[in-house]
Amino acid sequence: MKIKYLKLDKIDGPLIMLSGVKHATYDEIVDIEVAGQKPKKGRVVQIDRDKVIIQVFESTTGISLTNSSVAFSGKPMQIPLSKDILGRVFNGIGEPIDGAGFYAENKYEIGGRPINPVGRKYPRNYIQTGISSIDGLTTLIRGQKLPIFSGDGLPHNQLAAQIVKQAKIAEADAGNSNTENFAIVFAAMGIKHDEAEYFKKQFELSGVSSRVVMYVNLADEPIVERITTPRCALTAAEYLAFEHDMHILVIMTNMTSYCEALREISSAREEVPSRKGYPGYLYSDLASLYERAGMIKNAKGSITQIPILTMPNDDIAHPVPDLTGFITEGQIILSRELFQKNINPPINILPSLSRLMKDGIGEGYTREDHPDVANQVFSAYSHVKDVRALAQVIGEDDISEIDRKYMEFGRQFEQKLLNQGFDTNRNIEQTLNLMWELLTVLPKEELNRLNPELIQKYYKG
Amino acid sequence: MDSIKAKVIYINGPVVKAENAESFKMREMVQIGRKKLIGEIISIEKDIATIQVYEETSGLEWGEEVVSTDKPLCVKLGPGIIGNIFDGIERPLDRLYETGTAFIPEGIGLITIDKEKLWDVEITVKAGDMLLPGSTYATVKESSLIVHKLMVPPAIKGKAVFVEKSGKYNIEHTVVKLEGGNDVYELKLYQEWPIRDPRPVSRRKPIQTPLITGQRVIDTFFPLAKGGTAAIPGGFGTGKTITQHQLAKWSDADIIVYVGCGERGNEITEVLEDFPKLIDPRSGKSLMERTVLIANTSNMPVAAREASIYTGITIAEYYRDMGYNIAIMADSTSRWAEALREISGRLEEMPAEEGYPAYLPSRLAQFYERASDVETLSGENGSVTIIGAVSPAGGDFSEPVTQNTKRVVSSFLALDKSLAYARHYPAINWLNSYSGYIADLSDWYEENVAKDMLELRAKMLRILQEENKLMEIVKLVGEDILPDDQRLILEISRVIKIGYLQQNAYHKDDANVSPQKQYRMLSVINKLYERALDCIKNGVPISHVKKDDLFYKITTMKYNVPEDRLKLLDAMIEEIDEYYDSLKCKYGKGECKL
Ligand SMILES: Nc1ncnc2c1ncn2[C@@H]1O[C@H](COP(=O)(O)OP(=O)(O)O)[C@@H](O)[C@H]1O
Ligand SMILES: [Mg+2]
Repeated sequence: MKIKYLKLDKIDGPLIMLSGVKHATYDEIVDIEVAGQKPKKGRVVQIDRDKVIIQVFESTTGISLTNSSVAFSGKPMQIPLSKDILGRVFNGIGEPIDGAGFYAENKYEIGGRPINPVGRKYPRNYIQTGISSIDGLTTLIRGQKLPIFSGDGLPHNQLAAQIVKQAKIAEADAGNSNTENFAIVFAAMGIKHDEAEYFKKQFELSGVSSRVVMYVNLADEPIVERITTPRCALTAAEYLAFEHDMHILVIMTNMTSYCEALREISSAREEVPSRKGYPGYLYSDLASLYERAGMIKNAKGSITQIPILTMPNDDIAHPVPDLTGFITEGQIILSRELFQKNINPPINILPSLSRLMKDGIGEGYTREDHPDVANQVFSAYSHVKDVRALAQVIGEDDISEIDRKYMEFGRQFEQKLLNQGFDTNRNIEQTLNLMWELLTVLPKEELNRLNPELIQKYYKG
Repeated sequence: MDSIKAKVIYINGPVVKAENAESFKMREMVQIGRKKLIGEIISIEKDIATIQVYEETSGLEWGEEVVSTDKPLCVKLGPGIIGNIFDGIERPLDRLYETGTAFIPEGIGLITIDKEKLWDVEITVKAGDMLLPGSTYATVKESSLIVHKLMVPPAIKGKAVFVEKSGKYNIEHTVVKLEGGNDVYELKLYQEWPIRDPRPVSRRKPIQTPLITGQRVIDTFFPLAKGGTAAIPGGFGTGKTITQHQLAKWSDADIIVYVGCGERGNEITEVLEDFPKLIDPRSGKSLMERTVLIANTSNMPVAAREASIYTGITIAEYYRDMGYNIAIMADSTSRWAEALREISGRLEEMPAEEGYPAYLPSRLAQFYERASDVETLSGENGSVTIIGAVSPAGGDFSEPVTQNTKRVVSSFLALDKSLAYARHYPAINWLNSYSGYIADLSDWYEENVAKDMLELRAKMLRILQEENKLMEIVKLVGEDILPDDQRLILEISRVIKIGYLQQNAYHKDDANVSPQKQYRMLSVINKLYERALDCIKNGVPISHVKKDDLFYKITTMKYNVPEDRLKLLDAMIEEIDEYYDSLKCKYGKGECKL
């Protein structure tokens, strides 16, 4: 028989404190019964002799010092998983919310143990997203964690939906059709109702609904569950990828709301804050999510993560994008300026980066010219920015002949390559050829990132 | 056995407190609870000890026992380290993997270097020999590159009263017994050393040799020194890790200790996959034969991150004591500092700047102070070079970790976001980076590279600085109105930046460049500058002086001149001479050849 504790000492925000507890274990899950409410769960976050601090899922609303009872489970948080999760919708603590029940024999701890670097397999296979600026310049690799840094009102959701619709994630060489061994795990943290609906609709339109698992914690739902939402999702992803050899695309949105929830709870616990009030362990905490992407040696599956975050005030130095960028394997950055120029998807390629692309492109992967031509486009486009600044000052008529060609290159690059819209799907050949076509605007001598053989083969100027 | 045991009374993440702990010592290693988690005592007050725990504390209970090990947190130093990968407290990650899971469990206990493996031990002393601290009593061929010397530990000396025959033994085998004073010491194939204490040396020597890295912007402009210190600060994506990897691959150290401290798992995996296949240009052997990896990735327990740096440096010092030159890379020291901050926060210590504890500057200084060029206890020469990456929040160098690191290191390789955005790699900013070793190393460069190497360096830096000033004007009025000699500065700077400073880590002939090739490339650029300037002074317009295909050829020479064909660079100098001779002739200024 489990002991039930009937009296609380203190309730403070999402936390309750009680004493006289004999056998609490750190990080375990507790069941809380509150008179007149449905049962809640909580997690032990601090033990001080017989005094225990518990973080309550859902909310502490309606709990009084005497109207509830707490029972300790002795186990960290677990969720049931089987392949039947595909097509289902769960809340932030893994309970089904789509009207049906869910039962599975095996339960999995959501904390996730760190992957041993010796047990990892280095990701090397690229995913064609059909989006030129990504495939050509910030190539996505299967098993990569590549976030989208966006801003309020920018079309990050459309971009994510386009990736879901167009991406060739599954193993093409496995001979099986493209739908067999891939699935999407979707974690919604603090997003609005209509955003969640938008994604559901897009999954339907792309015909992948039956291969999507959703863990949803909407903006008006309890913030403590926002902390467990991505962990449930990633546990499901690991289960599918490493026990069923599936290729999983995990979309996690919005990471900024997640971090704000973490900050709120930390402040309720009166922890020492670091930058902008976020807790000192924000980096480690984010790492414990992002590092769950990847591949391991003993399984054929993979976990590719596309976290989405909105940069408060479009500030990339804000702790959330900053710490994310330090952990993830690159970032895709949306630009308000391009968006206002009606260029979609408005990807600002210069600060964008795919760190894993170097090992997944070129001969044997995409095409032999890919690394160098990408390099050349980056360098030319970065010069465009300087030239534009100069033209602003002295007028476009007075800039040198060569700089005028750079201006033209910049225009064409944005109009032809970036501005493909959310419905066009280009294969990698088309993207690379387009990049060469743009470079022909410039004279050969400017192309110092390309070796002469490649110029001979592809430059048609 | 003690009847009263210390018991856990408080748990908050990696910080645990225990009561009945008055017999514990500061910095002692302890084992906690049923899972025997490993921890270290970090403060004692009355009968309550605070412990930082190197593993996940999930599942730990009030009242579980804390057991003393009666020694400080130590590493085992002996054969089996080279070519291996360890976590922050020297537990072998490949052996953990062999237990059958790709994930790291907690409660794995205190395993370190392989106890079973038999080594070919060559005994180098005989019974009756008097052995002093640091003297070698046996050697083991640890890898194809490294002869491991088994040395008498620093505090021990005496007469050899027992000496084993040369043969195959595991590390637990006693091969020599020393009698000193009233004690008998059994010397095995390893010794233990507390990670927070620097190992003693006979004396420290002044800096005199560069650590050659094969990276042009470093070796030519901001050199590192054997036994010196360097920091590589930069925001995310600016190239800290690639630079560290480049140094680990190509620098002329005997042994590399690479500490992945709070960074990405895949970056460690990449090293594990790539290094065994890469060939060290000096020895012709696989790079793994000289490499040690310490990995505490960002999702591994944070307290072990704090320890990982010390584990790394202690291993480095141990090999230094054998007479090797070690380079240790820590990527990133900021994660170590954040680990300090996190633990300090949980202890509710009074924070100083940005939440970091007040002892951050002194801890940083103590760590970098362990870099050294030394005469070892046994009279050999060895060195430890420390190269730390720094990850400033928001890429802002005014934050505490960057600032306090800057105060204690001598080479500062500042990575620049705008260079990285333009894909100018390595994105080391030539205007605000520096090396404090130029004077110490000038003799070396003169003797080993060329008499005028440092002169050329200074000249090219001047050109770049001048360009920077001119660009301020260009940004306002454009390039066309500058006089031709100033426009030449811009053109030559472009050649230096694209053709020399930029170096592609993934190009076979560009990834690693010898100092000789660096010097000759620099000479080509200098020749181009001098001859072009001469023409301009003689009234030839810049449009003719800047011959596009010649400039293109020089800008791309880095890709087209392999190390074994440096003569091609001489040919380029001839080509420059020829072109400008004929140009001058055309303008009626020089002698005309037929
Ligand atoms: N020397 C180099 N040559 C080519 N590419 C580089 C070089 N240095 C950095 N890069 C590019 O920059 C990216 C980020 O570099 P990285 O070292 O991982 O940054 P950081 O560690 O500072 O976050 C790499 O993935 C690579 O694409
Ligand atoms: Mg890095």
